[in-house]
Amino acid sequence: MIHILQKYGMLFLVGPWPHGPLGGLGATLILAGLGLAGSLPIALLLGLARISPWRLLRWPASAWVYGLRGIPLIMIIFWAYYLLPVIIGDTVPPFPTALCAIIVYEAAFLAEIVRAGIQGLPPGQMEAARSAGLSYVQAMVHVVLPQALANMLPSMVNQFVSTIKATSIVYIIGVQEITYVAQQINTIEVADALQTYLILAIAYFLLCMALSSLAKTIERRLRLRQAGVSRPAGRPIRPQFGEAQ
Amino acid sequence: MHLDFSFLLSHNVLTGLALGVATTLKLFGCAWVCGFSLALLVAGLSMIPLAPLRQLLRLYVEYHRNVPAVVQIMVWYFGMPQVLPDKIGLWINHNGSEFIFALIALSLNVSAYMAEDIRSGLRAIPATQIEAARSIGLNALGALRHVAMPQALRIGVPPLVNRSLILFKDTSLATIIGVTEVMNQVRAIENATFRTFEVFIVGTLFYLLTSLLLMGFGAWFGKRYPATFRS
Repeated sequence: MIHILQKYGMLFLVGPWPHGPLGGLGATLILAGLGLAGSLPIALLLGLARISPWRLLRWPASAWVYGLRGIPLIMIIFWAYYLLPVIIGDTVPPFPTALCAIIVYEAAFLAEIVRAGIQGLPPGQMEAARSAGLSYVQAMVHVVLPQALANMLPSMVNQFVSTIKATSIVYIIGVQEITYVAQQINTIEVADALQTYLILAIAYFLLCMALSSLAKTIERRLRLRQAGVSRPAGRPIRPQFGEAQ
Repeated sequence: MHLDFSFLLSHNVLTGLALGVATTLKLFGCAWVCGFSLALLVAGLSMIPLAPLRQLLRLYVEYHRNVPAVVQIMVWYFGMPQVLPDKIGLWINHNGSEFIFALIALSLNVSAYMAEDIRSGLRAIPATQIEAARSIGLNALGALRHVAMPQALRIGVPPLVNRSLILFKDTSLATIIGVTEVMNQVRAIENATFRTFEVFIVGTLFYLLTSLLLMGFGAWFGKRYPATFRS
């Protein structure tokens, strides 16, 4: 295992870079990062549409969310692979193709996180903002969304982990990320297949474990902060006698 | 773009698609049963207060949750034959190694997630439930089987159905090692007929409709068997 790491360590990390395009783990992270960043604005709109009082917005958004959650990512990648050139009228390189597929796919999942984040807030926030004279949109933008987005942070980090794991399939259309690198090394070092793939697995494991524990830390901090904010000084923590427990 | 679905009726295409659907459903069913049994075992074992065992189970769960399913399939298909005893390796090769390795990888993968779902279900049950069950004369196993487990399963059903949906979609990953499931058959038919969009529409509809069926089942089960027994 050590000799594979010594020989191919840099290939795993950055691919053929600096003599070629950036690949390996670097490409995985960039693809996942751009994928999540690109899907966030779509997910915000979808999430808002899913809870909006207007059916004309709610139904198409729900169709997007349920439809794309019911189709495997690999199928969406092949759709992007065949459909994008027809739409654009020119060949599309593998990386943008994969990115489009991941943005469309992740938006559906992120939209549910956005929806849960907004619906997780006490309804009093919206009601108070409306009764203070803000319109629905103003209340959403200035009162509900800032709080909801902060609460969504742990889920979004977890979604980033899911996106990193999801990108492992895009090697199938020729994106040179870390799984592609492992496949390449495997064609050279056939006798050490197990070692090559275990290195690949360990790389994903360490990365995703670190990010997951980051998500847990953020979640704990948020909970502490909320507990601090929602308990004004001087009020008893214990419920009063006769109050609903 | 002109779509023409008439080629779908040809004998080769029909049998190819039918084989794909059968393989996908077989892979999904077998992986679900194996994965769920393993998950029950892992969740049960993790209740034993034995530090080394717990850490081992933790590692098992974290490995399968933090490594992509694609990579797990590759580790099993490309890597494991290197260390498997010759007899087992030969037997697997004679019985369709692609399907067996995909089945092993997907079962282990889903078992880790399901074990977590069941465990969090078990933790959601107050300790007084177990104490009450013990005090009316059930032994530890009986309390687990008749009191804790039925409640845990009900609390765990929504995440379990969700996980089953993901498992169903993950069966499409088996195409990378050449299992003849739907995704693989769709690509093979596309290669043979060049009717790209038609055959991809058919494949997409298969996944979509089956997924919607699973989602619908989840919604029905949640209504029929609600999580709480309390009125």
